[in-house]
Amino acid sequence: MKKNISVLLLLIFLSFVQINAQSLLQDVADSIPPNQKVSGAFKSTRVINAHSVEMLHKRNLDFRIMHRFGFISSGIKQLYGLDNASMRLSFDYGITDNTTIGFGRSTFRKELDLFVKTRLFQQSTGQKAIPFSLVVAAGGLVWTEESFAAVKPIFSDRTSYYVQLIAGRKFSPVFSFQLSPILVHSGMPANTGDDETIFAMGGGARLKVSKRMAITLDYHHPFGTLNDVTTDPLSLGVDIETGGHVFQLQFSNATGMNERAYITQATGDFFKGDIRFGFNLSRIFKLGRK
Amino acid sequence: MRIVFAIVLSTMASVTGLAQTRYFTKSGRITFYSRSPLENIEAVNNKVVSIWDVNSGQIEFSVLMKGFEFEKALMQEHFNENYVESDKYPKAIFKGIIESSNLLGLAVDRSAAVKVNGNLTMHGVTRPVTATAVITVKNKLITAAASFSIVLADYKISIPSLVADKVNKKITINVNIPDYQLVVKK
Repeated sequence: MKKNISVLLLLIFLSFVQINAQSLLQDVADSIPPNQKVSGAFKSTRVINAHSVEMLHKRNLDFRIMHRFGFISSGIKQLYGLDNASMRLSFDYGITDNTTIGFGRSTFRKELDLFVKTRLFQQSTGQKAIPFSLVVAAGGLVWTEESFAAVKPIFSDRTSYYVQLIAGRKFSPVFSFQLSPILVHSGMPANTGDDETIFAMGGGARLKVSKRMAITLDYHHPFGTLNDVTTDPLSLGVDIETGGHVFQLQFSNATGMNERAYITQATGDFFKGDIRFGFNLSRIFKLGRK
Repeated sequence: MRIVFAIVLSTMASVTGLAQTRYFTKSGRITFYSRSPLENIEAVNNKVVSIWDVNSGQIEFSVLMKGFEFEKALMQEHFNENYVESDKYPKAIFKGIIESSNLLGLAVDRSAAVKVNGNLTMHGVTRPVTATAVITVKNKLITAAASFSIVLADYKISIPSLVADKVNKKITINVNIPDYQLVVKK
């Protein structure tokens, strides 16, 4: 009996020693916080043309220069499209981590655009995990190019609006996907006969190929009546990130880089070589202190 | 048999005794610096967990990589995404020994420099680290501070050539424990 007790004590003692030999940290509450936000689904706030599910951080200014050249199929005479360049300059600013405002100007139709983009909720992991992020973007545009039409367009003919919902998920550190339904309303559509209000379904994806490079895809399918020459905007690109810069190189069939233009005025068959080379340059500046 | 009993009891007592000389904090601060001609990078983490067993000299730190805050949010994102890959390696762990820790005597106000040897695990790589720490006791408040530097390449953290001028290959790390609390066993 006595022997049994001492054996038991010895066992208890050994268990104590065991605890002592283990890591000290195991005795203390040292765990990863239960809820963590998932960030970096896309490298930039634009997949290529479309808004991505990513937001600018508070007090960050994003200066973007976007370029689209002519069709590569135009051949050597036009230096495979490089002779024609269309661009959009924009300034986006993060008011908070969840709200961004932006202003842009495109050479195509000399169109100005303004937008507000708000993140309703962000994907997170943990006990109260949220499987995806939801962002809403709304914007107004006005084209300022001189019109040679017999009946001069009035201001409301020149304006257009859009509202877009972006639901995106970072499935893994490598792969992210988003759906972006959009409603575009044009005061006077660019082509006669086009619907004033067009609904389009969009999809965007990112495949990270290295720490600083990713392949991106941006596609929208408009529903409704659009001119015969209008095609679905499809872009395929590469994101290259270097510190505060993101370079986005892409092949796209859309000239326009604002929502109205790329949704309702993309032309050319991507698979028949009607592809434009283009690039987006994004430089982020931090304004003020944290 | 009685002797065995006595030995077991006394050792148990001493084990319990050891456990009672542990100090702990959840609010340690770690700052790191990268100085370069083009850009200075600084980040701070105020939620460092550290536990120190005075008798054995064992000291451990646990640092959540996502807890580092940078002045520029973009830097923080890149730090987590591209440099330390914190989704894959969420924590940095240091396990070491403070030399002659049991001789420090923490009952009276004093300040002493001690040597710390150990292993730092970060980004999936474990490397030995040596540092001199200063432990100060003042009005029963125990504070500790240490500074050391690491070479990023040792931890397989690569700097792309495009930003090579902006990130120093050698990073200075400052550790500051403002208040070590005695662990009271329940």
